[in-house]
Amino acid sequence: MNQPRPYVREPSRTTWYLTHRRYMQHMAQELTSVFIGAYALLMLWGLRALAAGEESWQTFLASLGSPLALLLQWLVLAATLYHTVSWFAVTPKAMPVQLGERFVPGFLIAGAHYLAWIVASLIILYFAGVL
Amino acid sequence: MTYRTIELEILRYQPETDTEPRFQEYCVPCEEDWVVLDAVNYVKDHLDSTLSYRWSCHMAVCGSCGMMIDGEPKLACKTFVRDLPARKIRIEPLANFPIERDLVVGMDDFMEKLQRVKPYIIRDQQRPLADGEYLQTPAQLAKFKQYTLCINCCCCYAACPEYALRSEFIGPAALALAHRYNQDSRDHGAREREDIVASDEGIWDCSFADACSQVCPKHVDPAGAIQQMKVGATVSWYQERLGLRKKTGAENK
Amino acid sequence: MDVIETDIAIIGAGGAGLRAAIAVAESDPQLKVALISKVYPMRSHTVAAEGGAAGVIKQNDSLGFHFHDTVSGGDWLCDQDAVELFVNQAPLELTQLEHWGCPWSREPDGHVAVRSFGGMKIERTWFAADKSGFHILHTLFQTSLQYPSISRFDEYYSTDLVVEDGRCQGLVAMEMRTGLLRMFRAKAVIIATGGAGWMFPFTTNGAIKTADGMAMAYRAGVPLKDMEFVQYHPTGLPGTGILLTEGCRGEGGILVNKDGYRYLQDYELGPPDPWPRKKAMELGPRDRLSQAFWHEQQKGRTVSTRWGEVVHLDLRHLGEAKINERLPMIRDLATSYVGADPVHELVPVRPVVHYMMGGIHTDIDAATPVPGLYAAGECACVSINGANRLGSNSLTELLVFGGRAGRHAAQYAREARPSVDGSLLLKRAETARKRVTDLFLREDQGKRIALLRKALNDAMEDGAGIYRSEESLKKSCDELAELRRCYGRVHLEDKSNVFNTHLIYTLEVGSMLEAAHAIAHSALQRKESRGSHQRLDFANRDDERYLKHSLAYYNADGDPRIDYLDVTITKSPPGKRVYGGDV
Repeated sequence: MNQPRPYVREPSRTTWYLTHRRYMQHMAQELTSVFIGAYALLMLWGLRALAAGEESWQTFLASLGSPLALLLQWLVLAATLYHTVSWFAVTPKAMPVQLGERFVPGFLIAGAHYLAWIVASLIILYFAGVL
Repeated sequence: MTYRTIELEILRYQPETDTEPRFQEYCVPCEEDWVVLDAVNYVKDHLDSTLSYRWSCHMAVCGSCGMMIDGEPKLACKTFVRDLPARKIRIEPLANFPIERDLVVGMDDFMEKLQRVKPYIIRDQQRPLADGEYLQTPAQLAKFKQYTLCINCCCCYAACPEYALRSEFIGPAALALAHRYNQDSRDHGAREREDIVASDEGIWDCSFADACSQVCPKHVDPAGAIQQMKVGATVSWYQERLGLRKKTGAENK
Repeated sequence: MDVIETDIAIIGAGGAGLRAAIAVAESDPQLKVALISKVYPMRSHTVAAEGGAAGVIKQNDSLGFHFHDTVSGGDWLCDQDAVELFVNQAPLELTQLEHWGCPWSREPDGHVAVRSFGGMKIERTWFAADKSGFHILHTLFQTSLQYPSISRFDEYYSTDLVVEDGRCQGLVAMEMRTGLLRMFRAKAVIIATGGAGWMFPFTTNGAIKTADGMAMAYRAGVPLKDMEFVQYHPTGLPGTGILLTEGCRGEGGILVNKDGYRYLQDYELGPPDPWPRKKAMELGPRDRLSQAFWHEQQKGRTVSTRWGEVVHLDLRHLGEAKINERLPMIRDLATSYVGADPVHELVPVRPVVHYMMGGIHTDIDAATPVPGLYAAGECACVSINGANRLGSNSLTELLVFGGRAGRHAAQYAREARPSVDGSLLLKRAETARKRVTDLFLREDQGKRIALLRKALNDAMEDGAGIYRSEESLKKSCDELAELRRCYGRVHLEDKSNVFNTHLIYTLEVGSMLEAAHAIAHSALQRKESRGSHQRLDFANRDDERYLKHSLAYYNADGDPRIDYLDVTITKSPPGKRVYGGDV
């Protein structure tokens, strides 16, 4: 008698993220990493093709142009954008900047990240010969 | 004076008679400026004196009345009935905690974790009282001030998906408190605390879902604190590997 | 019955209890401390204090000023030796808290900032924005976690002291999680259970402030001192009673009636300008301001709202930046609970029961007349507060006298004779247990406890409010006597063991009834007006007969016996309390 008998509610290990919109958004953000990872593998594959010589490089490039490959690349782009935007949105939390008694507003810190992103993209595009 | 009548659907669990929790419904005539706690108090005083829950200050500072209100962890004393348009309001004990009875959850785990992060000023040398206060500029105060505002209501633990799946995780409020002391210009204990906060059960368990900060009724940002500590711990790790600073922790004591 | 052995048992883990526990741990780490509280420490009501804590630290201030503000604020009912010690110790205790990490608000150069408060000649209130009590409590609690000699017993409801052989040797408490009653056997016991505002219907106090410690000591034969002095804070939010700190006025806020007129100038607190001005108008003492509201209401110059009569607190001229920096919680509370944003709107306020000047009779060392029993904080009466507490002295009091209680209890525990035969203590404890278990055996009859509390609230509000009279007090005394009889028949609607809050609630109402009884009778017997005790039938202070502390002694079957004790006057002979233009 009188022994406490607390009731423990165990969350479902497999479906917990479906219980709240907040968790679904978080899992979506986590999931986008898979696409980014997949694209990194694609890059490695391309690198191998380049090393194997002109012919295999051309085959590789041609295969990227197939409708399925294009669809996948569009998906990767969308996932990467989602990941970037949602990640930049929380950067002010991880990297607050204090000036005197005040903190630099979050949008400036996120904005700085966007700026860095654009600059990095321009540099890459420049070396890639697109610009 | 009745503004509208609502149905409260409250999760009940009486360990002496119930094998598992069950919902019980109550009809409550609310007044216009009532908070959910007022409605629950109405139940206790007029309808069912066997309902158990914690409360005290009724001004969102004591942290007693955290509960799940329509699925969100909230303070019952700061959640206005007028802001919940549905006729029925569902009230459950804070998620991720064992239910002791009705809306009362077990706090032992949280209390142990709070203590574990050494939430007090650690200094190499104490200043004599006669020498007066430590100087701390408003800017130095601002650096950690927001992390002092946690009222330990545990809403963040109820929202944290990591804590739900792995209860060993030290969790948002306790980690934010460690950060609060780390950031205090009077404190020298950051490295001592790092052994705890950067352990397997600490900051690296956090996947930055940000749920804690989104539900915090006092607008503390535990998720931010944890990410900042991750940055700090990473820097320390490299410093140690590069021989720029000595290892701290157990082997040093 | 389970017995838990300890050296020092502390009941209550708010500001005073925590400070006492730390003091014991620091003075002798060998002494085991059991820190027993019906709530987790950070829920204790110290958490709700807002404005700050008084202590002399600035060059333009002096200990003498703090002493005089306190003594005159208390209408000369303070024990001056205690006040002198208090003002001397205050800066050290507040500095100690700073060393422990309290986030006090600062001046630009890094020194601790101070603000103005009511009844003060000079600004001397240390503050942490408008959450001073919250920060003090959390700092103390977090600091206490580093002492291995402190064992916490959270959510243990203490029911009775164990007094045997003429000294206090422990207590009985219920583990709320199981309903089990346990005896704590201790060499010394410190009561730090806070006040009793919940006996009134409209109070700033949390629901946990139910006179538990006062009633425990009272039943054990310790007199309750100066219980007739109940402080109304002039600015509570109507409806909920939520406190809006005196700091609002310290920062420059003003009070206006329905005509927009600063009515305080009509009550010996003016002239209104220049403003802000120390010890004048809105920075007068709390008793005077609350009484002024009562008169305004009589004159029909208050504002009628759906929550009843109010006046307006005007903070708009402070500006958004200052309000956000100094009074952020006030802004949030007013906006949320009455829908008035102080940056742009007038905030409705009215006087609300806030603080008990009276309490367990202790000496300057926090010792009660029962050896081994100490008390500190709001539940105790040293007395430094006299007939009206000076705003921002109570947080400092927690620290100064909490610390003293800890150190003196530690010394007593080290020197205490070995305790008597344990079986005698157990017998006492069994009697205490029976008081609780008997409740479970009662037949279903008598008044419901919720109704009993409502009746208690009404009796106190009607009879022992801001203004009292022989007639109103007699009526209250009669009603309370009847309610005590009713309480003897009250039955439990919930007979479970685990976390039975209905049982706790029932025991709390029992405690409040006893303390209320002491208040009503002490007030009835004091035939004068002094500080917060205002009698319509005896409008003047009567030093000849009543420059004395009242002592209420418990009587199980009838009215308390009221006795008197001389006030200690050392250097400030009773004079006229002067505020406003005459300062």
